[in-house]
Amino acid sequence: MPRTNHWLLRGLRHVDGILLLLLVLVLGISLAVVTSASGQSPARISGHLVNMGLALAVMLLMANVPPHLLSKAGPPLYAAGLVLLLGVALFGEIRNGARRWLDLGFMAFQPSELLKLALPLMLAWYFQRNEAVLRARHFMIGGVMLLVPFLLILRQPDLGTALMLGVSGFYLLFFAGLPWKVILGGAVLGAASLPVAWGLMHDYQQKRVLMLLDPASDPLGAGYHIIQSTIAIGSGGLFGKGWMQGTQNQLDFIPERTTDFIYAVFGEEFGYVGTVLLVCLYLAIIARGLVIAARAPTQFGRLMAATLSLNLFTYVFVNMGMVSGILPVVGVPLPLMSYGGTALITLLLGMGILMSVATHRQLNKS
Amino acid sequence: MPLATTLKNLDRELARFHGRLKAGAIFVALLATTLLGRAFYLQITQHDYYIQRAENNRITQVPVAPNRGLILDRKGRILAENYSAYTLELARAQPAELEATLAEVSRLIEITPGELRRFRRLLAESHEFETVPLKSKLTDEEVAILAANRYRLPGTEVKARLFRNYRAGPGMAHVVGFIGRINDRDLKNLRETGREQNYRGTAHIGKTGLEQSYETLLHGRTGFDQMETDASGRAVRALSRIPPVPGKDLRLYLDEGLQAVAEHAFGDYMGGLVALDPNTGGVLALVSKPGFDPNLFIDGIDPETWKALNESPERPMVNRVLRGLYPPGSTIKPFMGLAGLELGLRKPGDTIVDPGYFSLPNSSHQYRDWKRGGHGIVDLRRAITQSCDTYFYKLAVDMGIDRMHDYLAHFSFGEKTGIDLDGESAGLLPSREWKQRRWKKAWYPGETVIAGIGQGYHLTTPLQLATATAMLANGGKRIEPRLVQAVRDPFTHVWQPQPVVVHEQVAIRPEDLAVVRQGMMDVMRPGGTGAAAAAGAAYTIAGKTGTAQVVGIKQGARYDAGSLSLKNRDHALFIAYAPAENPTIVVAVMVENGGHGGSTAGPIARAVFDYYLTGKRPGTLKQEGSDASD
Repeated sequence: MPRTNHWLLRGLRHVDGILLLLLVLVLGISLAVVTSASGQSPARISGHLVNMGLALAVMLLMANVPPHLLSKAGPPLYAAGLVLLLGVALFGEIRNGARRWLDLGFMAFQPSELLKLALPLMLAWYFQRNEAVLRARHFMIGGVMLLVPFLLILRQPDLGTALMLGVSGFYLLFFAGLPWKVILGGAVLGAASLPVAWGLMHDYQQKRVLMLLDPASDPLGAGYHIIQSTIAIGSGGLFGKGWMQGTQNQLDFIPERTTDFIYAVFGEEFGYVGTVLLVCLYLAIIARGLVIAARAPTQFGRLMAATLSLNLFTYVFVNMGMVSGILPVVGVPLPLMSYGGTALITLLLGMGILMSVATHRQLNKS
Repeated sequence: MPLATTLKNLDRELARFHGRLKAGAIFVALLATTLLGRAFYLQITQHDYYIQRAENNRITQVPVAPNRGLILDRKGRILAENYSAYTLELARAQPAELEATLAEVSRLIEITPGELRRFRRLLAESHEFETVPLKSKLTDEEVAILAANRYRLPGTEVKARLFRNYRAGPGMAHVVGFIGRINDRDLKNLRETGREQNYRGTAHIGKTGLEQSYETLLHGRTGFDQMETDASGRAVRALSRIPPVPGKDLRLYLDEGLQAVAEHAFGDYMGGLVALDPNTGGVLALVSKPGFDPNLFIDGIDPETWKALNESPERPMVNRVLRGLYPPGSTIKPFMGLAGLELGLRKPGDTIVDPGYFSLPNSSHQYRDWKRGGHGIVDLRRAITQSCDTYFYKLAVDMGIDRMHDYLAHFSFGEKTGIDLDGESAGLLPSREWKQRRWKKAWYPGETVIAGIGQGYHLTTPLQLATATAMLANGGKRIEPRLVQAVRDPFTHVWQPQPVVVHEQVAIRPEDLAVVRQGMMDVMRPGGTGAAAAAGAAYTIAGKTGTAQVVGIKQGARYDAGSLSLKNRDHALFIAYAPAENPTIVVAVMVENGGHGGSTAGPIARAVFDYYLTGKRPGTLKQEGSDASD
């Protein structure tokens, strides 16, 4: 390979071509759907393009950070995240009845967002350190690392984010080798404690679950979102109504249709064929992520790559499940598809880590 | 830790990791299958259902109410009409948004608490995409204010709507009736008869009178605009239109001028009058006094006025012609006489000697004649002329109650006449069987005696009396009375005559009928009980007077009008037709507490005859109504 000295081209060497191609394909679809869903709003389209450019730049940057440096960022980021969560609990700003925001003077900030990345980094760093000497206590300590931020976010209250964070932490423990009997035992215990959890849930949380069971019970209230999005998807049929031809979309029946409910617009205009194509693209991204994980030379790389991949698909599942009416309405965007800068940047930052793991093949000397 | 152990551990952990990767892949595959399965269910299996739901979301059928048909009198004068006025209407919206708009509107124009209450009630009752009226009959100034402030009144619309107006006033209320807002009972009825869809966009429905009985024709068919609407209910574009079919206009037999003359002739008396054309059954006039203003009811009557109307002792809401029940009294005598001849019980020349009373065999009870000392020798014709009670007591006993019942039933007594108005009473024509069924008691011979002069159980409406009298005038044709003569097609403007419905043709021997008719002509000649009412008429009248007792008179006492308070005085009855030789009009009059039929009811009938046959108008009645407009 002819060597070039230009820094920009050197940076591109850390890009995983297959992953980039898949991501750009989904982003292309997203641009088309946001265009339709926003009624060709120039502000939305250009905003979306800017977000994409920014997020891709962040991804490129992260791809160039070697994994061993990334792993070192784990403990300080995790510690900072915990401090900020405590800060929220003590001084946080209440919005919409929940204490989630921290006013930093120049911007409002949700520390829980930081934890989404910091927790896997921390855990991956921890299990890397204890590679080859893993004992039960390491999993217990890992569990505590998971539970502390989980509980802090849960009592904000923000059940959705807490669960998503818990799931990503669990994936990491799972890939680190958490024994099956513990997993199964936990599952049984979890199922048994469901009624207790129900009792501890807030009214609005219970309502969302109930709404899922019978959206028609409140057709003009909270059930409206689910009803209209399922109508949109179902009316799309096999081939869809065509780009910018969805009546549910064009006539305002779909709520939040550039963000959380973008799949309803996509399903209406591109039909079942479109849905299959989109799910296949996601699966290809996951598959690529798992291949990267399998080939990764370090424990940190393996755990991060596998966790990030599974996490991505969890978001896809929760969002599409919610929009098509099989999961409760939680404010989770559809990865790579929904309009919104923060989520896209966080996501592509993760993809950048995947690429870093994929392209930094030599064993790091630690 | 030895390097070998570390390497062994590393190998084991790596193998385990690869196993976990496979498990993760399987997990992802399961989730993906779930998503695709759900999408398959929604988009393929249930596609038809959801495409329908999406279409229902998108397409709104906006009803277009048809114009209600007009009601015209026989000369084309308008009795019920429509006029256009502006109303302020609001589209449905989120409650907060709606309240803000309401507050804004109230700052601009006056909204009364009553209008607000009505709006909220209508809002609760209305269909999802219909606008709801807040204030009707806006002034030009209010329309201008609302138009200028439209930008800050989202969802408001100023619409031109049609309203109903009854030009004819209280005298016509019992004929034309009125429309009122569709209530829950109307809605239930519409639903049960499958007409609900046709009333989307219509707020009113006929409640009484012709407005009620001809509702289907007057209403027409609702049209629909198919609109594409967005989620907030705003129309984006029109897709197609099914135009409404206007209601049909009704032309009556009734003459507004004749109606006014009849009403005027009552003076301060209350009562009822119906005039029929004996050849068609057409109702030429139908008066029930007192009347009321039907315009009060159109947009909901206020509770105080309603209470006053409903609880008034004069009962202005009761149509006396259709629902007032009175003993026929002496007006039954021509029919009794005809029955006697037709059943072969009497011959025209048969006479009795009237001592002034009648007694049943083996009884000392005296059924008195109204004339002390009696009428002397009387045949049927004279018995009718002088209204001799004794003649008919005896005839009734010879006939027996059951034959009397069966014969009189042919003349609509005890049966509905079939007039084209709802709520008609059937009256009561007694019989042995009826008494057994109703009272579980045997029939007494004395009851037959008084039945012969129209007293006792027998109850009739003025309309039944008129229908029966028309049969004397037309030779036994029982024709169902009709108010509506013709209906006009809204597109071709052609008047379609309504059929004359002959309910029954009773075979009456002409010579028998002639005797009765001559008796009735004699009634109106000097020496007859109605002579005063016919004095100086340019045509001949045949009639019969009667009184309907309000208070029972004790045995041995005599009726003395002077000693009774006004409300206990007898009701005066009068039936007549003219010209007697070739009748074109039949009248039945009932004057409440009018005393003797000849003196109060007779002149009312005379005024009606005069106007109808000669065009003569009472001097005190000023020219009313407009002349024919088409």
